[in-house]
Amino acid sequence: MSQLSSRHLLGLESTPKSDISLILDTAETFSEVIERKIKKVPTLRGITIVNLFYEPSTRTRISFELAEKRLSADTVNFSTSTSSVKKGESLRDTVQNIEAMKIDMAVVRHSSPGAPYFLTNCMEANIINAGDGSHEHPTQALLDMFTMRKKYGRLKGLRVLLVGDVKHSRVIRSNLWGLQTMGADVALCGPSTLLPREVERFGCDVYTNLDEALEGVDVVNVMRIQLERQQAGLFPSQREYTNLFGLTKDRLKRLNKNFTIMHPGPINRGVEISSEVADSKNSVILEQVTNGQSVRMAVLYLLSGRKEELA
Amino acid sequence: MTPGPNIILSDKKISRALTRISHEILERNSGAESLVIIGILTRGAILAKRIAATIKELEGVEVPVGLMDISLYRDDVHSKLEQPIVQRTDILFEIRDKNVILIDDVLYTGRTVRAALDQMVDFGRARTIQLAVLVDRGHKELPIRADYVGANIPTAMDDQVVVNVTELDGKDEVYVEIANERNR
Amino acid sequence: MATNKFDMVIRGGKVIDPELGFGKDATILINQGKIAGIEIESAELKKQIENLPEDKIVDASGKLVVPGLVDIHVHLREPGREDEETVVSGCRAAAAGGFTTICCMPNTTPRIDSQEAVKFVQDRAKDADARVFVVGAITKNIEGKELAEIGDLVKVGAVAITDDGNYVQNPEIMRRAMEYSRMFDIPVMEHAEDQFLTIGSVMNESFQSTRLGLPGTPSVAEEIAVLRDIALSRLTGASIHIQHLSTKEAVEAIRTAKKEGLRVTCEATPHHLILTDEEIGKEFNTNLRVNPPLRSARDRDAVIEGLIDGTIDCIASDHAPHSAEEKDCEFDQAPPGMIGLETTLGLIKTFLIDKGLLSWADAIRKMTISPAKILDLKGGTLAVGAEADITIIDPDKQWTVDPKKFYSLSRNTPFDGYKLSAQVYKTVLGGRIVFER
Repeated sequence: MSQLSSRHLLGLESTPKSDISLILDTAETFSEVIERKIKKVPTLRGITIVNLFYEPSTRTRISFELAEKRLSADTVNFSTSTSSVKKGESLRDTVQNIEAMKIDMAVVRHSSPGAPYFLTNCMEANIINAGDGSHEHPTQALLDMFTMRKKYGRLKGLRVLLVGDVKHSRVIRSNLWGLQTMGADVALCGPSTLLPREVERFGCDVYTNLDEALEGVDVVNVMRIQLERQQAGLFPSQREYTNLFGLTKDRLKRLNKNFTIMHPGPINRGVEISSEVADSKNSVILEQVTNGQSVRMAVLYLLSGRKEELA
Repeated sequence: MTPGPNIILSDKKISRALTRISHEILERNSGAESLVIIGILTRGAILAKRIAATIKELEGVEVPVGLMDISLYRDDVHSKLEQPIVQRTDILFEIRDKNVILIDDVLYTGRTVRAALDQMVDFGRARTIQLAVLVDRGHKELPIRADYVGANIPTAMDDQVVVNVTELDGKDEVYVEIANERNR
Repeated sequence: MATNKFDMVIRGGKVIDPELGFGKDATILINQGKIAGIEIESAELKKQIENLPEDKIVDASGKLVVPGLVDIHVHLREPGREDEETVVSGCRAAAAGGFTTICCMPNTTPRIDSQEAVKFVQDRAKDADARVFVVGAITKNIEGKELAEIGDLVKVGAVAITDDGNYVQNPEIMRRAMEYSRMFDIPVMEHAEDQFLTIGSVMNESFQSTRLGLPGTPSVAEEIAVLRDIALSRLTGASIHIQHLSTKEAVEAIRTAKKEGLRVTCEATPHHLILTDEEIGKEFNTNLRVNPPLRSARDRDAVIEGLIDGTIDCIASDHAPHSAEEKDCEFDQAPPGMIGLETTLGLIKTFLIDKGLLSWADAIRKMTISPAKILDLKGGTLAVGAEADITIIDPDKQWTVDPKKFYSLSRNTPFDGYKLSAQVYKTVLGGRIVFER
């Protein structure tokens, strides 16, 4: 037997290597389960999970919901895009209300960094962060790491480049911390206006030139660029972003042999990644989605029933 | 822990028991053609491989062997602080209309077998599911009995029956740790 | 001694009055609410004192006796948010924290941008446990657009003007405010943060904001704002006071301006002297959300240095009450501000005096005469004839901050659970004990 060191999954910044390994190992098992004809096991029968989505999300919510259902948990969804404080109920009141219906676990997506942490003080349920603002998105990073490990058999020593809006991307943060913990060699690339202050203190190479950044890389994980950033004056136009940071076929030659293209979705085809690259044989974008199932099932399984922290 | 006097089955006895079970399986199922063998992880899986090997010796037929982890079908997952590590279930063949021989090392409360049966049902509709165990130690909590038994060993509830196999433990043997000795 | 009738005698303590250059054991004599003397007891005086009824003698043995503390940056929330603080409750908290004089900021609802509003607060403060001086608004509704009727405000007693909470973003408006203020010889107090560089931000921009994914404001937002105001002060000759200084570069800018001889003063808060933005990531404690934000260690150290070398004139709490409900939320949804009246003294002792960074005399100066002079307030000294506003400090009293015990109506402090090493023993206002433990 083994277990995670925490009863919540809030982020990867301080998640130890042993926990990440356990989650990825357990996910291997679930990747077999979802290949079965009956893709469902009775493990979480009697466990009730609420998916609290304070931010619009289709993919992550569906992925979690399916994972929960395949573990035979009972699930309810709470979705709202209105900010909790401006009008109506506070976040604490809402979740305490929901917990009063005897909820065991909560999957939380919220625009405020730290909101999942806040919820650990509001409710007894196991909390899983499904994305908190620009802070963390641990299950996405875990599934990205799982996908890399499946292909290369290891994470240690892999050169992984994360491209995009470093400042606002929770996927980048979680990937960065998780990969660093597992011994990968991480590099970041994005426009200088989207590189946050003191980004070098992450302890990785940082580039503003994509061609230089791609040199000697095994895995490129390309992030979606939000159009709002252009409107906020952080880059001049989508066209210029694509010219400077779009992953196109002719840029791929700088990568290592047996390279991998990843993207957490949803893709802006022809913006941050060309269709040709997204659909190429080195692209594992759809495998990432499949692996999201295994990883989320593993996380749910490992956290379920955990009432207290390790002494 | 030196097992010493509590050894119930020696390596020779284990070998004879497995051979006998293999014969009984063939006899009951009129040969090996319709058989598949599924061993429950961890030690049941090893016994499954041995029985399959014996059947091949006896009949010259390669019976498919699958491995099954029952963690995800347990009924006590949420009553424990720790989750069991799930291992991979590996059943790479069709079980529909097959005679499935489910193999475990020890039959005790019957809950493991219950979980395995539930999981079998999710894999397909077998013609029959038969249970073979090396040791039946009593204290069943569910109406489950083994079709093939290596040895019946009466024990106290708190005793622990330890099955060692060469592949994992360096030698074959079965012994009982008596409860009050363990607690001493 | 001209008179042998005293209303109160405080004896046995060590009297520290930086303005008088006084720092030794002495007895303070109080008559008719005023200081009647600081004396080393002669045999005759001793006899006089011993003839007084017991309840007129305060035994301050082992204590420090200092001028009543002055805090020129306090939010009283009345009118408008009486659930968070009232003039009376804020004064009660002030007394418990050793402050006898406080200046309240105009960003109430409605704003203190009219004579009526000034008078309202003054009226509420009449029988309160501290003296309250009102700081009026620079602009109508503190919107930064049109000047408030500053002459009117001063006429009824406003001691300065500020749009605190907001920076007067338009340099033309600020220039006119400074020019106008000169007619009344009042300082213009400024919340110096460029508003375009703070849009959406909830903390300092640093590696910490990078880690946490919280929007940050760079320290240059303050530097730019301060530099502009210094330039406008040079142009207009106005006296300006920069509130809650928080960055290295702003401290340096003021140091330079002072060398040049400009009429610039400034203050620092205990939280900017003690905490850094690294606290935020630990628990996303919304009580750490404050404007200007907690900065990095280099800024914090520069603020301490500025306080030590005199660049920073005084310590002010920026006591900003918020209801528990409003702070019990996601970090970026919480209103900025923390309370400080009841922790300032203990924090300064524990984190500056105990660490050898500041002497008691310097600390007391920066909490008494120095802020009093900035706003030309009476008080801050124990000179004979001054109001008998006196704070008696238990200088080595160990205590643990427990917001539940605060007199303030609000509880929003990040110092909950901190172990501090000095505490107010008694607070005397105009010869009357308004707080004692």
